[in-house]
Amino acid sequence: MRKTLDNRAWFLVLPMALLVAFNALIPLMTVVNYSVQDVFDATHRTFVGADWFREMLHSDRLQAALFRQFVFSGLVLLIEIPLGVAIALVMPRKGGWATSLTLVLMALPLLIPWNVIGTIWVIFLRPDIGLLGHFIDHTLGIHFDYPTVPIEAWVSVMLMEVWHWTPLVALLAYAGLRAIPDAYYQAARIDGASAWAVFRYIQLPKMRGVLTIAILLRFVFSFLIYSEPFVLTGGGPGDATTFLSIYLVKIAVGEFDVGRAGAFSIIYFLIVLAFSYVFYQVLQRVGAGEKA
Amino acid sequence: MKPQAAAALAGQWGGERAGAEKQAVAARSLRVKAPPRTLILIAYLALLLLPIYWMLNMSLRDNNDIMAHLAFYPQHPTLQNYMKILTDPGWYMGYVNSFAYVSINTVISLAVALPAAYAFSRYRFLGDKHLFFWLLTNLMAPSAVFLLPVFQFYSALGLIDTYIAVALAHTLFNVPLAVWILEGFMSGVPREIDETAFIDGYSLPRFFIVIFLPLIRAGVGVTAFFCFMFSWVELLFARTLTITAAKPIAAVMTRTVSASGLDWGLLSAAGILTIVPGALVIYFVRNYIAKGFALGRV
Repeated sequence: MRKTLDNRAWFLVLPMALLVAFNALIPLMTVVNYSVQDVFDATHRTFVGADWFREMLHSDRLQAALFRQFVFSGLVLLIEIPLGVAIALVMPRKGGWATSLTLVLMALPLLIPWNVIGTIWVIFLRPDIGLLGHFIDHTLGIHFDYPTVPIEAWVSVMLMEVWHWTPLVALLAYAGLRAIPDAYYQAARIDGASAWAVFRYIQLPKMRGVLTIAILLRFVFSFLIYSEPFVLTGGGPGDATTFLSIYLVKIAVGEFDVGRAGAFSIIYFLIVLAFSYVFYQVLQRVGAGEKA
Repeated sequence: MKPQAAAALAGQWGGERAGAEKQAVAARSLRVKAPPRTLILIAYLALLLLPIYWMLNMSLRDNNDIMAHLAFYPQHPTLQNYMKILTDPGWYMGYVNSFAYVSINTVISLAVALPAAYAFSRYRFLGDKHLFFWLLTNLMAPSAVFLLPVFQFYSALGLIDTYIAVALAHTLFNVPLAVWILEGFMSGVPREIDETAFIDGYSLPRFFIVIFLPLIRAGVGVTAFFCFMFSWVELLFARTLTITAAKPIAAVMTRTVSASGLDWGLLSAAGILTIVPGALVIYFVRNYIAKGFALGRV
């Protein structure tokens, strides 16, 4: 869309900019402030420069949490994106009560408070009272005790995350599919195109925009995950499911170590920012390509 | 020819006939008979609902009954867990608090996001692209990063344990989200409408309220839904910025349960009650939900 150049538009964005600045800039400056100081109490503090950064960057626990986080977010994308697209492909295309019901049911997990998501899965996975936990432990006879076995804790958190967020990917992909005119399918039928060809040359290209949004949102939200694994495993056993946010809250609120937490926060924020920037650029290009 | 209802349920992509032929083509090319898509969808929805059903099952049982044996449905269903929550102010005030800050947040977010989204969708101005990206970075900022400084900042302002504190903190991610979604919906409205209105002598505020808002009301509804959703599900800020007076229900859950030694039935009932408002609001936006999740860009 062509837009007119008018700097008075700043008056329209000003309230929004002030509000977000109030919430984002002031706290962020506080974090920066902490990250370069050693705070003893309200009046005694010394400037330590980049010491906290150097220490955190060499911290084994931070590196382990970072590695864990990337594995987690990578797996989330690898599983949820194809699964979500597959589900969108089997959703009914025409409106009607069946479609409405499907949409409402699929959106349901997205509207449950994040710690309740954790609670649901605790109740579902516990070997004594949980349906799935009981099934694995008693019916299948595989010893299952996710709070003490690291690999089982991982599988549990992944399962919960896939259950929680795949509907988002499916809904996005579905929105993309709905935008394809019937004429495309008719043309494909006349050409005798196979189902795979229809998917590869019609449906997938049309879903490019929404899938970029899906990948962006899923990467970012999985990178920031806190409440769900915190309730389910508490970051344990040991540090096995301690992702970046859980570790950060442990340092900042648990140990009240504001210097280290500040440096950690900045590093964390910069990583998210770098990835968001790349995705944002891709998104802009995809958007521009579709409008052209 | 199948009956119409069955065809609608079978849910085919290219209309009834096209879908049938497409399936025939698919079967030919794959040379295996794949299970009908409706069955796959029903199986998926069943798996999706199973954990929620299990919690519902628990919520209708007494804690001793739960600990005694595994049951696929409540054999002695009881509403005592729900009764306790709905009669004890320590419990139900949690819901009132959650609703209060979620509503305030939705109103504030929409109020500042509407003019901003209009500016982004209609004008170029100094630093617009940078401003938009900066806005989005706040959507992506880890709450954990801001937790401690926001707490100290709000303490200094005397806002701790008020609805407004949580509502304000949640604007950190809800305002960027609202601007993003609204901008998508607004860009779908042709510019000629604005220009015609201005030629007819409408001022910008009058045009915006009388003509433009009704045109994008679906977008406003969807945006309000998303603000509600993200404010409702977030807990890290909501829990940290409140003590008792504004404590959200999801935080009441964790606290009370640890004190009473894990009453699974009560915990489940509280959990189920947090799902109900979400289910109600989805119903109202069901036809726009897919478009909304695509940030108004489909």
